Amino acid sequence: MNYQTPLARARGLGSARQGSHDWWQQRVSAVALVPLSLWLAAYLAILPEATHAEVVRWISLPWNTILLLSFILLSLFHAMLGLQVVIEDYIHNDWMKILGMLGIKLITAFLALSTAFSVLRIVFVGVHG
Amino acid sequence: MADFTLPKNSTVKPGKTWPARAGAKRIKRVEVYRYDPESGENPRVDVFEIDLDRCAPMVLDALLLIKNEIDPTLAFRRSCREGVCGSCSMNIDGQNTLACTKAIDDCNEVIRIYPLPHLQVVKDLVPDMTHFYAQYASIKPWIVTQTPPPADRERLQSKEERSKLDGLVECILCACCSTSCPSYWWNGDRYLGPAVLLQSYRWIADSRDETTGERLDELEDPFKLYRCHTIMNCTDTCPKGLNPAKAIAEIKKLLVERQK
Repeated sequence: MNYQTPLARARGLGSARQGSHDWWQQRVSAVALVPLSLWLAAYLAILPEATHAEVVRWISLPWNTILLLSFILLSLFHAMLGLQVVIEDYIHNDWMKILGMLGIKLITAFLALSTAFSVLRIVFVGVHG
Repeated sequence: MADFTLPKNSTVKPGKTWPARAGAKRIKRVEVYRYDPESGENPRVDVFEIDLDRCAPMVLDALLLIKNEIDPTLAFRRSCREGVCGSCSMNIDGQNTLACTKAIDDCNEVIRIYPLPHLQVVKDLVPDMTHFYAQYASIKPWIVTQTPPPADRERLQSKEERSKLDGLVECILCACCSTSCPSYWWNGDRYLGPAVLLQSYRWIADSRDETTGERLDELEDPFKLYRCHTIMNCTDTCPKGLNPAKAIAEIKKLLVERQK
């Protein structure tokens, strides 16, 4: 039997006093991704006509390297926050929730490191180095 | 996980059909969700054919006609019959609204009436509002002050200060918005939902209240507030034409503002 009053149940464990930070970061990263995505989409559209050497040279241009790395890190950070919200919304089993949260952080961190490493390797070592 | 399918004992079965009485000219088909937990049977949908020439214009009138003349066992809440008490909120033609302000003429060919979604059903169209009201109580919906009131008058408020409460004080707590919100369906145990958040903002926005910060503290929570993903079903469905989504957005703005 549960003799808790409805008010006690509604109050639960009280306010976590956080959440605004994640919410704000998700909004800021979304806005920043608008111009970055348009920039990347425009270049991806002409990719089929470019030769391998041209693409490597394009990535190595300083502005392109910086914007590409910004896109990679921001989009994965944004994806991490978004997937975290999906888990909070739909998964109500405690240990699955914890595993999901940790899994998403690990996977996005791994993707961020490996894609950033790939770009930097092309830039500083070259494709045949 | 969230439940996406109904449990077996909640599957809705076809129910009884009550044909229109002989001589009826303008017949309207009304399908009504019926459930009696004491019977042990599954919920069913009964079909009532009503004579519009004997019925007043609103959906609530049709329900009263059914209860008075066809099937007195039909259970639903109603009181003011003019959209100020919020008792007769239910799902009509797939949208949460008040039966008393929804005209039969504005309904589909067949009117389909269900209880508010995703609440426990007490009987037929009567949902259990206990948790919803407890959540309302949890936000302390009354003025909290430290300063005693002036000895010779009430607490004053300018016209501009009062105008900030327009669009908030009109809320009648019918729960149409909260029960139309998918976030409230999946996480209603912890998420306060649009109605209670709008009410909370009503006190945050009140110039006479002295606990704005404490109220914001209480709301700053991934579940109590931030389950709102601006789906906007609340604003779309509100039978009073209010905008709970905007009230929630204002709360989020204040939470960011106080960190600057």
